[in-house]
Amino acid sequence: MNILVCVKVVPDSETIVKIAPDSKTIDETNIRLAINPYDEYALEAGVQLKEKVGGEVSVISVGDENASGVVKKCLPVGADRAIHLVALNSRMAEPLSIASVLADEIRSHPFDIIFCGKMTIDAQNGLVGELLGSLLNIPVVSAASQFSIEGDRAVVSRDVDGTKQIVECALPCLVTAEKGLTKPRYPSLKEIMLAKKKQIDPKPVILGEPNLCVHGLNYPPNRPAGKIIGEGAGAVPELVRLLTEEAKVL
Amino acid sequence: MTKVIVFVDHKRGVIKKATAESLSVGKNIAGQTPLTAVMFGAGAKDAVSCLSKYGADREIVFDNKHLKNPVSLNAVKPLVAIIKQEQPDIILFPHTAAVKELLAAVSANLGIAPIVDCVAIENTDGKLICHRPIYAGKVVVSLTSNQKPTIVSIRPNIFPVIERSAKTKIEEFAFQLNATDILTTIREISCDGKTRPELMEAKIIIAGGRGMGCAENFVVLEQLADVLGAAVGASRSVVDAEWQPQCIQIGQTGKTVAPELYIACGISGAIQHLAGIYSSKTIVAINSDPDAPIFKIADYGIIGDVKEVVPALIQELKKAKQSS
Repeated sequence: MNILVCVKVVPDSETIVKIAPDSKTIDETNIRLAINPYDEYALEAGVQLKEKVGGEVSVISVGDENASGVVKKCLPVGADRAIHLVALNSRMAEPLSIASVLADEIRSHPFDIIFCGKMTIDAQNGLVGELLGSLLNIPVVSAASQFSIEGDRAVVSRDVDGTKQIVECALPCLVTAEKGLTKPRYPSLKEIMLAKKKQIDPKPVILGEPNLCVHGLNYPPNRPAGKIIGEGAGAVPELVRLLTEEAKVL
Repeated sequence: MTKVIVFVDHKRGVIKKATAESLSVGKNIAGQTPLTAVMFGAGAKDAVSCLSKYGADREIVFDNKHLKNPVSLNAVKPLVAIIKQEQPDIILFPHTAAVKELLAAVSANLGIAPIVDCVAIENTDGKLICHRPIYAGKVVVSLTSNQKPTIVSIRPNIFPVIERSAKTKIEEFAFQLNATDILTTIREISCDGKTRPELMEAKIIIAGGRGMGCAENFVVLEQLADVLGAAVGASRSVVDAEWQPQCIQIGQTGKTVAPELYIACGISGAIQHLAGIYSSKTIVAINSDPDAPIFKIADYGIIGDVKEVVPALIQELKKAKQSS
């Protein structure tokens, strides 16, 4: 089975986000880059599928030049190769531009299934997978919490606005990973050494002209400091009074 | 003249709160121009009274025997056809899980870069400046689109629902949808059997963290939720410890919520969690550690063991209910 996994290199979740002087981007100094967490679940799902049915896993990532070191980290996890589509200043590019570049590359690869993360933790659009699937004209099932292949169909469980759904579709298809779809493994030293022989192909790409104009970035308004009502169960009557009379939320 | 279409998310004909919010936003933008709601599925015509209440002047309905799941990817062809016929300036979607695949498919089809998950929208002569949180809500970006139509989705539970009374005209849309247009099929739908509100739409959320001590202690949070008609959520560490399922996780790798009242029980308040609750109107924290970061953003705090404070809160609320 030919399995593709799309990953993005993002500032890790501990990053302290500081708005840059241009007020349209963030200060990128001292940022630690990592694979987007949802993409790690997607990669692990791809590798587990390969281990079950055989085949190959190819990782594809659109990103700036400095992302390649992090993309490489997918190889010891079990990817057979990685393609790095190098696009300058692409980290916060529009999802449709990213999906178009991915679609153009993927059209020259045979594939049975594509895994993506359900969203990235930086731009948090949660659209690239869905857009990519539509551009490739294949079914998309997003936010999978369980996944299996039954014959020539993919079967996915997911939570949709409070209800559990089991959805199925024909292959080839695209599945996006919710947290918990898989437990990403830690590659062993041996796997890390072996992966050094695997390739990462950098390919320069050019993104389309943007259609969205960024006016600026702002910090969210600070929440006013609250008050400690008291200690233990004795403070409960006062809490209920405040919620009823002051906050008026009960 | 700003022509606005709102896509209706609903469950078996019952429109979701996020749809009412979208209609309210849509009407504000449309002003005197008629507001159009687009609703798919068997219950679409019966929902008209509800759509009138939120200001829809027209309802375009479509149903087809193949379209068993009307709010899904499978609805892309008729929706694109309606957009091409109507030529709206703005298409508004509620940002719900059910709608997302459809929104993306419509955008890809029309070559439009959408702006999703907006928490504020400014309207200057039909040009929208949309604000959306990024980096887990650590910053908010403001964007405008230079494309027509502009595709926008709004985050549930943020925008107010405004009741109006419109006379809604129903128009049936004719479209040939074939069995081959159905890309995904639902094999099974199940609810967990609980009658609590959905997290994204809940007015009150009771959430538990590590400080609950063990999975069994969540029973008391469920009791509190039942007294208040609230939903139950959990912090990441609780989900990672498998005390609670992923679908109720709140925070950066879970759901972002905005209830009127959020009661955090035994949650220390990691930055990733705070990002997910920041837009809540009132936050209450109950935690035994007086230095827990949650107290920095909570409106009201009680320092104490959740296992004592929460049962006391249940008793107090029951007492208040009886006396009122």
